[in-house]
Amino acid sequence: MTVVAAAGKAVWRELTASYAFVERNFNLTRRYWAWEVVWLVYSIANALAVTYIGAGMEAITGVKVDTAHLVLYLLIGSLVWGYLSMVFNSISETVSWERWEGTIEYTFMAPISRVTHLLGQTIFSVVYGLLFSCVTFLVVVLFFRLDVAGANLLGALAALGAGSVSFIGFGIMMAVLPLLYPERGTQMTHVMEALLLLVSGVYYPVTVLPGWMQAIARFSPATYALQSMRDALLDGATWGHLLPSLGLMVAMGLVTIPVGVWVFSRAELYAKRTGRLKRTG
Amino acid sequence: MQALEVQSVSKKFGREGSRHFPRFSRKNAADEKKPVYAVNDVSFNVGRGEIFGILGPNGSGKSTLIRLMATLLIPDGGRVLVFGHDVAREPGKVRRIINRVSVDAAFFKKLSPMENLIYAARLYGMSGAEAKPRITEILTRLGIERKKIDAPVENMSRGMQQKVAIARAFLTSPVLLLLDEPTTGLDPRSKRDVQAFVHELRQQHATTVVLTTHDMNEAEELCDRIAIIHGGRIVALDTPAALKARLPQGDRPATIEDVFMELTGKRLSTEEEEDAA
Repeated sequence: MTVVAAAGKAVWRELTASYAFVERNFNLTRRYWAWEVVWLVYSIANALAVTYIGAGMEAITGVKVDTAHLVLYLLIGSLVWGYLSMVFNSISETVSWERWEGTIEYTFMAPISRVTHLLGQTIFSVVYGLLFSCVTFLVVVLFFRLDVAGANLLGALAALGAGSVSFIGFGIMMAVLPLLYPERGTQMTHVMEALLLLVSGVYYPVTVLPGWMQAIARFSPATYALQSMRDALLDGATWGHLLPSLGLMVAMGLVTIPVGVWVFSRAELYAKRTGRLKRTG
Repeated sequence: MQALEVQSVSKKFGREGSRHFPRFSRKNAADEKKPVYAVNDVSFNVGRGEIFGILGPNGSGKSTLIRLMATLLIPDGGRVLVFGHDVAREPGKVRRIINRVSVDAAFFKKLSPMENLIYAARLYGMSGAEAKPRITEILTRLGIERKKIDAPVENMSRGMQQKVAIARAFLTSPVLLLLDEPTTGLDPRSKRDVQAFVHELRQQHATTVVLTTHDMNEAEELCDRIAIIHGGRIVALDTPAALKARLPQGDRPATIEDVFMELTGKRLSTEEEEDAA
């Protein structure tokens, strides 16, 4: 009983600590509210700019196309790109923002496991990213007066959520870059994100890619997130149709998250051996 | 058991080439940064409830030593034990009983002292309800007005920010408190507040304190023993009175500053002469 109580206390302690990151990031978002508005405007403008390619396709090619279908197809790509950017940014900020503020040594010195630390950071980033994506989706749908009556909206949200489980693992791996390369690490995460989306069919079907890229696409969770969202929003796919992909994305996450935490722990040890935790790098 | 045991600890920085990927190591020796010992074969013990000072010029290895004790660096040689726990092998156990205040008051500057400290408290297992009254109590005792507790830290003076940093460390009731130049940049009154708080912490909670400082008076007033570090090595370690007694008695009583200048100044000139030779 004492062992169980001690274990329960330890788990509760770690959960409380995880919540510390959620609360801190919420407070920071609140204090930087003007920046959040700017970022939302940028995201919406970006989504509109991409979806206007679909709206203008008839004028560009002179060929009749299903404009509403194409606009929604591109919107999904834009949403996933924006969402992935937010999640990866937020996770890689585990290091870069804290280094900028000078708090990194305090956080890394706290008596919590690295899993707790990264879990807290990722929970916030996923919730924040999902909210942001929903607002952007709503604005663009209203802007183009898109008919989404037949769409499986919850299914699309579930696809993004399930994709998030595996994105978190990738994000944690990418958070290593600012830890090891203080000056350019954050920018390097953008390169990784763009490569991931390139092979995953962000604005096009994966089938148009060269064979070797299609082979890589099979291992990218973004491929399944994009496809499932398109199935749910464009074709109103049922839960039965979506479940295998959702399961696959969660399974990918169950592999990538432990791998990500392991990679991060190794990088942390390296940083502590070489003195790279320090703010100035 | 000692509160802190530093046993033949060394730490060097700079690159000697990759151990894991020797093919990719830079071939040109001129491109390599020569490794420099920040801490070189340093040993000392600190007893429970002791206030132990580390004095040294800039770049002498004081902060590296503190970082090694704080589990933020891994020693290249030797070991550091905090209440018997090795900082490299049992960092989790060490972190539960230590805290640190560094020279730069590192905070999320847009957040208020209360928000920053609640974040810190949660990391140390405290709930918000438990932490809030304690935070208010510590901050007000350190002379921070109540209205500033909920305003962004960026609106506070450097001295005030440093007091919040000290409150953050005190909040978690550490058994070993590492103070890395905590009063640098503070006005005399704030300095005195902090020093009084350190005394009180030792008297009421038997906290062991390791303090690095440039302020010789502060070291003399607060510390039971002082180590003078220079070039990564300890050049003297004793009580303030014993250190002063080492100097020949002149017209006026010797001060810790005299001892410091004698030990570090002479060594510096010797090194310069050696370099010139």
